Formats: sequence, C-alpha cells, structure tokens
Amino acid sequence: MDLIAQLFILVLSIFLGFALISRVPPLLHTPLMSEANAICGIIIVGALIAAGADANSPLTIFLGTAAVALATFNVVGGYLVTERMLKMFKKKG
Amino acid sequence: MNNEFLVNLAYIVSSVLFAFGLKFLGSPVTARRGNMLSATGMLIAVIATLGNGHIINFQWILIGVIIGGSLGALVAFKAAMTQMPEMIALLHGCGAMASVFVDWTAFDVHHGATDLTNAITLYISIVIGGLTVTGSAIAWGKLSEKITGKAILFTGQKWLNGAIITAIVILGIMFIMQPTRYDLFLIILALSMFFGVFMVIPIGGADMPVVISVLNSYSGVVACTTGFVIHNTLLIVVGSLVGANGIILSIIMCKAMNRSIGNVIFGAFGSVVKKTGTDEKKEAKAMNVEDAFLILENAKSVVIIPGYGMAVAQAQHAVRELSEFLEKNGCDVKYAIHPVAGRMPGHMNVLLAEANIPYDQLLEMDAINPLMDTVDVAIVIGANDVVNPASRHDKSSPIYGMPIINADKAKTVFVLKRSMASGFAGIENELFYYDNCRMIFGDAKQTVQALVAEFKSSQQH
Repeated sequence: MDLIAQLFILVLSIFLGFALISRVPPLLHTPLMSEANAICGIIIVGALIAAGADANSPLTIFLGTAAVALATFNVVGGYLVTERMLKMFKKKG
Repeated sequence: MNNEFLVNLAYIVSSVLFAFGLKFLGSPVTARRGNMLSATGMLIAVIATLGNGHIINFQWILIGVIIGGSLGALVAFKAAMTQMPEMIALLHGCGAMASVFVDWTAFDVHHGATDLTNAITLYISIVIGGLTVTGSAIAWGKLSEKITGKAILFTGQKWLNGAIITAIVILGIMFIMQPTRYDLFLIILALSMFFGVFMVIPIGGADMPVVISVLNSYSGVVACTTGFVIHNTLLIVVGSLVGANGIILSIIMCKAMNRSIGNVIFGAFGSVVKKTGTDEKKEAKAMNVEDAFLILENAKSVVIIPGYGMAVAQAQHAVRELSEFLEKNGCDVKYAIHPVAGRMPGHMNVLLAEANIPYDQLLEMDAINPLMDTVDVAIVIGANDVVNPASRHDKSSPIYGMPIINADKAKTVFVLKRSMASGFAGIENELFYYDNCRMIFGDAKQTVQALVAEFKSSQQH
C-alpha cells in the first residue's frame, strides 16, 4: 500500500482515538490504560509473521519467538486484568 | 491476492471491534462488554494472520504463545490492585520490546531498510521503542520499589542527555543515508535504550501518573511506526488509538498538577522547591478518636478524600466499613477523587471499587467542589498536596494554581496523618492550621478502625 494511503489511515485513526477516549470517565482510566496495553498487543500480528516466516535464521527465529511471547503476554495479561478490574465496579444496591 | 483481501477484511472487522471496545469503556455499565468485544477483535486478527498463507513454521509461534500467555494470565490474576501501576508499566515495556523485535526481524530479513520511507520509519520505531523499553523498566522498578522512588539526579545529567540525543540524531541521519548498516542500527537502538533510563530516573514517585501516561502513548506510537515498517494497516490503526489514549491521559494528569509535560520530564520537581511556610508559628489542633466520633455521629454529610497514603496503609476496607456505619446513621457519604490521587490515572477508583465501594459514590474533583460548602465533615486520608488551599491564593507556593479538592470549605475537616511531615514536594499544608481543621494522628487504618469500633459500641447501647 502506498504511503499516502497509510498516512490517511494514521491521521483518521488519531482523530478516532481522541473522539473515543475523551469520553471515557476518569473513574475508568486505569482499566482504560490496561485495555490500551491489551490492544497494543496487536503487534502480535507482526510477531506471528516474523516468527512463522520461511527461511529464518537463528536470530530471526529468536526475535520472532520472543516477540510472539511478549505480545501474547500483553494481550492475555491486558485483557484479563482489565476484566478483573471492571468486575469490581459495582453500583449501589 | 484473494487471500490478502480476506485478511485485510478481517483486519477491518477487528479495527471496528477495537473502536467499539473503547467506546463501551465510556460507562462502567457497558465496559465489560467493551473489553469482550475488543478481545474478540484481537482473536479475529490473530486467526486471520495465521491463515494468511505466509506463515509456515508454527512450532516457534506455539512456544511463544504458551510462554507469553501463561505468564500473562499468571500476572493478571496475581497482581494486587495496589500493584496495578507497575503491572501497566511492565505491559508498556513488553509491547514496545515486541515492536522493536519485529522491526529488527524486518531489518535482518531484508538486509537493511528497503527504501527511504522504510529507513525513516524504522529509525523512529527503534528510537521510541528502545527508550520505551528501558523507560518502562525503570518506571516498573520505581513503582514496585525495587529502586528508589525518589528523583535520581546527578551533575552533568542535562549534558549527558543532550549528548545522547545529539548522537541519536546524527547517527539517525547516517542510517537513513546508508540504511543497510547493521552497526548503525544496533548503536541507535542501544543509545535509545540508554536514553530511556536517563529519561525516567530523574522523575520522582509523585509524577509517575504522567510518566506512565507518556510511556503508554509511546508504546502506541511504536506499534504504529512498526505498522509502517512492515506495511500493516491494522498496526497503524491500533497504534494511533493507543497513542491518542496516552496523550489524552498525559494532558489530564498534567492539568491536574498544573504543570507542563516538559516540566515533568525535564523539570525534576523536587530540586526546585523552596521552603514556603506561614511566617507566624501556628499550632495545628489535634483531636482524639472519641471526640471525632461524636462529631461524625451528628454529621449529615461526610466527604472522604483519599490519597495514596490510604492505599499504603491498606485502609480502604476499614474506610468502607466506616462509611457503612455513617450511612446507617442517616449520613450521606461521598468520596472525592483527585485526578492524581494514586500512582496512575484512575488508580484510586480501582482501589475503592476493590473495597466494594459503589462507584456512584466516587465523585470527581469538579463534581464535588461546588458541594463542599454544604458538607459537615471532610475526612482527608493519606492525601496532602491535593487539599492544600495555598494553591488557590499563595503565589509563592510551588503548587500555586494546581486544582485542589476544597476540603477546607467543609464545616469540619479531619486529617488522618502519621505526623506533621509535609507531602512529596516538601510543601507545608496550611489547611492543617485552619480553625475548622482537626488532626487525628496515627496510622490511617488503625484510626479508621477505631472510629468503626466506636460506632459498633454505640449501637450496642
């Protein structure tokens, strides 16, 4: 894909991010942060490609596998801890 | 080609799910559904990627997923809510390191950057990625008290930082002109990692909410630049969302401290504070638990103002018990949460929610301040600077202009505190000398438990 299309997507996503996140109340800022960690684990997509590609050298196998492990850590840890926190927020009564 | 089309289609679906996930975080009622949607989006993205036809070796992926997944689950279940800031810092670092490794793999496989754009984005990606990895590691160490939470300052710090930045810039230009040089790639990465260390060590514990937010933003930016490096649109979208998140939270935190981001990162707050105190020696008035109980028994409305000290004393469960007794007594109880209470954005809310305090009792600073005049008793537990009225009128005070919770406007203020020592910035709190303020000295948890005991015994009679 050409650079201009990618920049388009970048700019619009930043606007989307601002619009969505400015509506999150301070009450939920900690779960928001862990949620952000979890979705930041999307780097797993790149890590899978790196670890699973053909014709790998020992270095790229190591880097790819480590990247998969780190990204999975973010995804699993991020979503689970967010869920754990959100479960605690209860209304009165 | 057909396969790639399907993969991209799946990526669009997961982007939409991530966006809805964040949208649903707008209310505690829908937040869990949002988290679920977001996780579904992640699953779709992973499945689509695995089926893209370019992935041949699955054994390493499996090993990585098992290691990362089990450690992630372990940490997520074991971490105490007081440890949330360090857990978040750890996740920032891991995300950034994964990005750096993906960048490195791309560089290695193609024997250098493939074109000019690739070289530039690769450079930005490893610089921000490198400093985020080590910066987060230091933040994690400070928050978990593995290293001192105080600002670490040494002479020549600014010169050293300046030298590292200059080197990173010069080497960066060289790298962009000769994008196949492995040595430059590695040196830039190493220097960025050094810089991450020096960026975070001079920042004191109380400024951690800003540091965590800034690192959160960086971890998003790195995912985004890696998206440019490996031409993956989904990474660009999600990285931007996370980057925006960090920026918004950083701005909120800085506003709540009346400081600029530059001031937090380069200012080293602790070093510029001059002692400011009231000239005439005033006497703070102490009160014992029995007398405090008598006032609370007659109070119609109570506002509790918790700070990080409450979490340190593990007093939140005792506080909930006290507020239950107060409510049974016909008193209206609310909690006033300052944006920087705790060690990260929203931390205090999580700690109180964990103690089973309903979230509709937790009020933000702007919501509670107009009501403070009508409050009978404000109880300050483990908070100091966020209730210092000097910020409203004393122009010589280092915290002048910082928005505070107007505890002093309540009819009576109780301050639960160990001693008369000042807050993190070494600023004397004039609230303690006000006529309507009473100090209840001692461990916050024990004091609150003593108040609860008074309520219990009064009910038996």
